[in-house]
Amino acid sequence: MAALSSAERAEIDAEIAILPDARSASIEALKTVQRHRRWIDDDALGAVAEYLDLSKHELEAIASFYNLLFRKPVGRHVVLVCDSVSCWILGNEAVKQALEDSLGAAFGEVTRDDRFTALPMQCLGACDRGPALMIDEDLHGPVQPADVSELLRRYP
Amino acid sequence: MKTPLTHTIRPKEPPLDLSQYRRTGGYRAAELTVGRTAPGDVVDLVKRSGLRGRGGAGFPTGAKWSFVPMGDDAPRPKYFVANADEMEPGAFKDRYLLEGDPHGLIESMILSGYAIGAEVGYIFLRWAYRLAYARLSRAIAEAREAGFLGHDIFGSGHAFDVHIHVSAGRYMCGEETGLLNALEGKRATPRHKPPYPQASGLWGKPTVVNNIETICAVRHIVFHGPDWFRELGANGGAGTKLYAASGKLRQPGVWELPIGTPLGEIIDEHAGGMTSGARFRATLPGGASTEFLTREHWDLPLDFDPVATAGSRLGTGTLIVMDDGTCPVGMVHNLEAFFAMESCGFCTPCREGLPWTAGVLRRLEEGRGRYEDIELLRHHAKLLAPGVTFCALAPGASAPLASALSLFGDDFERHVREGRCPFRAEA
Ligand SMILES: Cc1cc2nc3c(=O)[nH]c(=O)nc-3n(C[C@H](O)[C@H](O)[C@H](O)COP(=O)(O)O)c2cc1C
Ligand code: SF4
Repeated sequence: MAALSSAERAEIDAEIAILPDARSASIEALKTVQRHRRWIDDDALGAVAEYLDLSKHELEAIASFYNLLFRKPVGRHVVLVCDSVSCWILGNEAVKQALEDSLGAAFGEVTRDDRFTALPMQCLGACDRGPALMIDEDLHGPVQPADVSELLRRYP
Repeated sequence: MKTPLTHTIRPKEPPLDLSQYRRTGGYRAAELTVGRTAPGDVVDLVKRSGLRGRGGAGFPTGAKWSFVPMGDDAPRPKYFVANADEMEPGAFKDRYLLEGDPHGLIESMILSGYAIGAEVGYIFLRWAYRLAYARLSRAIAEAREAGFLGHDIFGSGHAFDVHIHVSAGRYMCGEETGLLNALEGKRATPRHKPPYPQASGLWGKPTVVNNIETICAVRHIVFHGPDWFRELGANGGAGTKLYAASGKLRQPGVWELPIGTPLGEIIDEHAGGMTSGARFRATLPGGASTEFLTREHWDLPLDFDPVATAGSRLGTGTLIVMDDGTCPVGMVHNLEAFFAMESCGFCTPCREGLPWTAGVLRRLEEGRGRYEDIELLRHHAKLLAPGVTFCALAPGASAPLASALSLFGDDFERHVREGRCPFRAEA
């Protein structure tokens, strides 16, 4: 599904409407496509570039700059583990290990059942709740290694 | 405890909605100011209040605004941007305001925008702040509905609207010119200054970027007056400050306190002291990009000038506490790995030097380091120092590294001597 859907176009148009030009909407447009398709494959990138009248290369330079624009497949749920200093002091290494063990997949990989991709992330801004992690839109913390598998069960 | 700027925030409860906020006197300051007072008078109030930027650099806010071209022939539209990126590791104070006082932020943006003659406001929001996004969106809709945002705010004939941009995530987005590039849909690389954003910012138009905490003070300054604000400080400082602390503390959190509150008081009284078994050893006073302070600084007033005199920076005022069971080498490794990942790639010492620095630190932490590595790190910290690179990211990376090397040199050497990290249980 390379071409932009009408829903995607409508959302991108709404962004363009409040900006001086279409190209300024590039990040919002990429986020829109990602929201609909989980990640941005080459065809989607090309479709957005064409819609905003940018070259693919220009748009790729933008897409590859941002940590949360995914140019590789991710699972249905994205787990972001805070990797920053306060969470590290509070023992996030053990949480990261527990997460990889429970998922049976390394950071950046999609689990075999397509459910999860975990990524280390600096920072979630939840230093008072470390070690912290986010699953989709939900913030969890403090998380103990023993809590991890139970937490994951809530995201079918 | 007296919390003059945040008394309407009820932690753990939803923020005040529009009618509740109105009942606390909310939007009175904006209503009485927009179209009724000269914009220059608002700038003047903020100047006299002594408010200094809470985003890290402490630049006087009124002075910053006074560089914006005013009058009929000034370029239009002008922009007022609220920096809610807060990507600094260890920082979470702006979240408290974004989640707890959305209408306070909007009212302060209206006043700030009016002071510089801006028609459009942006909130540049860190992606992880989902709850803040929902609450701000709701508050903006309420304010539009009430006619406090839009084409004709408070019936004054002035236009001002606010939009939220949710960041796609990169530390450089917090740097004000990187932020402007991100808002324009580009890579968030820093721009050359001059021209300063006040003259040529977003889409080439006059723009002011301020930190959320800075902005949120504005409505109180306009409402109560500059003298009231000044007198809230301690030890000669102006206003209150949101301090925060994380690490092995009994009650990590955020507190509004007089600016200039001493370090030890924040840790012992507000954060409840260290958890059992942990002892205070040092702290980064203002986020990842500041130099360590130690026991020696227990009574140091945490305000811009005293902290600078002590050889560090107040930064964001969010303490990251290192206890005696935390390895300084491991901690600095975590920090430098962050800076390495977030380098925009423009300057060689930053793009090439930071991954290399992080690699050397990892080697030391894993017990594979050499004595020469410590000298190499010292040398490289100088190549990242202020004045060598294009933006402040590299100096920010240098700060904790250089200070850890001088304060905790023994720990670095022990890693080499023992061939392992002495803070980790032997495998
Ligand atoms: C790498 C880098 C990251 C920054 N991140 C932030 C940030 O997340 N939030 C912020 O308010 N200021 C940040 N700043 C500082 C801004 O450039 C700018 O000085 C600040 O937003 C100005 O607001 P103030 O005058 O109200 O302090 C950052 C600076 C640098 C160099
Ligand atoms: S110091 Fe680093 S982040 Fe800043 S411009 Fe240079 S390479 Fe980019």
